[in-house]
Amino acid sequence: MSGALTRFLDGDVWHCFKRSPLAMASALVAFICVFCAAFAGLVAPHNPTDLASLELADALVPPAWLPEGQAKYLLGTDAQGRDILSALMYGTRISLLVGMASVLVSMVVGVGLGLVAGFVGGRTDAFIMRVCDVMLSFPAILVALLVDGVGRALFPTAHDTLAFVVLIVAISLTGWVQYARTVRGSTLVERNKEYVLAARVIGVTPLRIMRRHVLPNVLGPVTVLATIQVASAILIEATLSFLGVGMPVTSPSLGTLIRVGNDFLLSGEWWITIFPGAVLVMIALSVNLLGDWLRDALNPRLR
Amino acid sequence: MSALREATPMTALVEVRNLAKTFDVSAPWLNRVIERRPRQWVHAVDGVSFNIERGTTLALVGESGCGKSTVARLLVGLHKPTAGEVRFDGQGIAHTLAGPQALALRRRMQMIFQDPYASLNPRWKVRDIVGEPLSEHRLVRDESELKDRVVELLRSVGLVAADMDKFAHQFSGGQRQRVSIARALATQPEFLVCDEPTSALDVSVQAQVLNIMKELQRSRGLTYLFISHNLAVVRHVSDRVGVMYLGCLVELADKATLFAQPRHPYTRMLLDAIPDIAMSGRSRTPVQGEVPNPLSPPTGCSFHPRCPHANERCRQERPALLEIQGVRVACHAVQEGRL
Amino acid sequence: MTQALLEVKNLRVEFPSRHGTVLALDDISFSIQPGEILGVVGESGAGKSLTGAAIIGLLDPPGRVAAGEIRFEGRRIDNLSYEEMRKLRGRHIGAIFQDPLTSLNPLYTVGRQLTETIRTHLPLSAAQARERAIALLQETGISAAAQRFDQYPHQFSGGMRQRVVIALALAANPKLIVADEPTTALDVSVQAQIISLLKRLCKEHGAAVMLITHDMGVIAETCDRVAVMYAGRVAEIGPVQAMIHAPAHPYTVGLMGAIPAMNEDRESLLQIDGAMPRLNAIPSGCAFNPRCPHVMPRCRNERPELLGAGPTRAACWLHDASGAT
Repeated sequence: MSGALTRFLDGDVWHCFKRSPLAMASALVAFICVFCAAFAGLVAPHNPTDLASLELADALVPPAWLPEGQAKYLLGTDAQGRDILSALMYGTRISLLVGMASVLVSMVVGVGLGLVAGFVGGRTDAFIMRVCDVMLSFPAILVALLVDGVGRALFPTAHDTLAFVVLIVAISLTGWVQYARTVRGSTLVERNKEYVLAARVIGVTPLRIMRRHVLPNVLGPVTVLATIQVASAILIEATLSFLGVGMPVTSPSLGTLIRVGNDFLLSGEWWITIFPGAVLVMIALSVNLLGDWLRDALNPRLR
Repeated sequence: MSALREATPMTALVEVRNLAKTFDVSAPWLNRVIERRPRQWVHAVDGVSFNIERGTTLALVGESGCGKSTVARLLVGLHKPTAGEVRFDGQGIAHTLAGPQALALRRRMQMIFQDPYASLNPRWKVRDIVGEPLSEHRLVRDESELKDRVVELLRSVGLVAADMDKFAHQFSGGQRQRVSIARALATQPEFLVCDEPTSALDVSVQAQVLNIMKELQRSRGLTYLFISHNLAVVRHVSDRVGVMYLGCLVELADKATLFAQPRHPYTRMLLDAIPDIAMSGRSRTPVQGEVPNPLSPPTGCSFHPRCPHANERCRQERPALLEIQGVRVACHAVQEGRL
Repeated sequence: MTQALLEVKNLRVEFPSRHGTVLALDDISFSIQPGEILGVVGESGAGKSLTGAAIIGLLDPPGRVAAGEIRFEGRRIDNLSYEEMRKLRGRHIGAIFQDPLTSLNPLYTVGRQLTETIRTHLPLSAAQARERAIALLQETGISAAAQRFDQYPHQFSGGMRQRVVIALALAANPKLIVADEPTTALDVSVQAQIISLLKRLCKEHGAAVMLITHDMGVIAETCDRVAVMYAGRVAEIGPVQAMIHAPAHPYTVGLMGAIPAMNEDRESLLQIDGAMPRLNAIPSGCAFNPRCPHVMPRCRNERPELLGAGPTRAACWLHDASGAT
């Protein structure tokens, strides 16, 4: 492990990172968001999920730097007296969890199917690729809406955790296609390389060849894809929540917060919706920039 | 008069009979339907027969598209033949490789590839690369035994034990090829197929690798099938030489005879094409034309467009590989005594 | 004495990188006379392609000429601007690269690429350029040149494409052609054709050639003089006959011995143990000293210059007239 770490720190990727202020800034922003989200319980000044601690009298307080603001509520409060800053942290946690979980599911399914398609070839390959083509012709949001609707219809009473799972399924249902195609392309290239042929001549079973030889060599582009897809997964989740079919108000994600705050926008309490929106943009942007930088850093020709 | 007879089969280590492999290179179905294109096939190997005796080296030479690499892959079971069969130690390999004895057969034959940069997994350490056949065939009991055998194998090809923990990219081309050889020897095979093992290497490195291979053959009694396009290298390593052109064997003879007295016009052309380092000023007939497109090979004898001795029969009828004075040649001109 | 067409003096090419500066070419000196064919031979990593690239002015950044000079017809060319170098290239210095597939633009017909090159450098009308292009194609042995003029590169075979590339290089009648491994990607029988074509055409057009290759056989057939490169330095330079039959530098001796010969059977090939050092780990003194069978204490400390050794000049202390060790 330490050998791998020293190799990484000596390597070109880390060196590129140190020299790119944009990469370092995005990484910092992303890190702060993830940190706050992960340790929201410790970092947040208030606990918005604890209904007992809310004070209705403190509802709709503007941000601290405005004349009517209070230092206690740095970014103001919403209609129920929930501190916006704390709600942001808890909301970010939900958004990030959904985003990363759906990317993980997409990755496992997509990489697996891509490997099989590329390695086995023939009709299996053709079939999987046609499924990909079909999946791509559906807009992600519509598929997510469909799955969500079906989920609610099937389980009308169960909420929160089920909403979570349904959301992940909805997003990953269209997300895996990218991985499958990328990995299939790389597998087709690696499959004909002589080290794979050598393994076949030795007598290694196809499954083991796929897992031990081909997989480590096709994961490069997958890392970049996963990073960028986290951002888009978060955005899709936010859209769904904004439309009302995502996370419920009891455990709101950033999208839910935006929706809830939207009603107050025109009556002057802009902070309830603007701050969640700003954080959403910040996360998506920093993760995207990081992903872009990673793609260039891993491409030896651009260095 | 030349004595013409079909060669009688012998019980050699490797016997190849009428081996053929055709690849389907047609356009995808949809394109074919829309553009009304016919199906296309490439007859990469078109009826090849030869034997390899134990402990000897048979070299297959030819230019691009002649099918020698495909023959190599057919012999180790990487491709399934379209026709014909390969027999190893008396048994057909196609049947064995599909059954439970496959692993046992694979232990006895291994392959070395051309590209030293692609033949080793870039993410694996040398220890794992060389140790994989050992663990796959369960030839070692535990980690320490594996380590000992790997060190032994590395030493036998001129590398050191410390190289075990390095990655492929930390080695030069010649050293990687040695790692490939070490890996191929791990299961103590009897038969080694070498697909242009030194073509990608510098001359001085090539010398090292060729010397190692010869030494290993001597000490372990290995049998080699050596594929190459470099006749000088072939001359150095082989006992018998087969010349291939567009999927067919055109001449098969022992080394001394082939180089001293080449019979087939293509063999003569190849020998003439070799640049003359010693500049002995020997007369050279100028070379004509290029290897034709394998998708539309010439009719009759596939060499006839470039052959200075082609006649009408050559354009119509494909010559069979017949034995003349101990040499197998597929040429009407030679068989008719015109050459 | 005629002025040398190309003169390279103490050329140093380096590649600055974050690991430090790597010296890829270290004090190279040689010259090419008008109409002469000079071979530059060496193994991978020796720096022969880099030398060609430096001369044509196509060094990949961050590589750059750190010291020394390159003079073409007496005029310095290593410090020219991109635009001036561009005018020089094609008109006075032609180039032939290894892979004929990527040397030609697949989207334009062969004829168009030829006429474009001709008209860039020579003041000819379109019709005159076309005539000249067809004449060039015929000269390079492409039959039915007028029809093939309008074909695309993918309709040619490998050997044919290389002939087109040769025609392109000769289009503007350059005085020097830099050919970097022109036959390595071709089949053996085609190699022989292309080599003899190159030799004949260059003699006919009066062009000098710098032939870069790792194949000693090609050198033997084509060149008048040859320079052997090792680890970014010139190990030996001299007439080709002398180099092959009486090499002076131990590396050249080893190189000749390692080549399997067509006319004799040997039990094992002469091998030079070890490998060419990586450019960032070149030994002090003579770069070949760790592998040299005749190494002396002096070799480990002092780097030898090209010393006279009979008909050739070798960078080896064995040939130091003073006999110091």
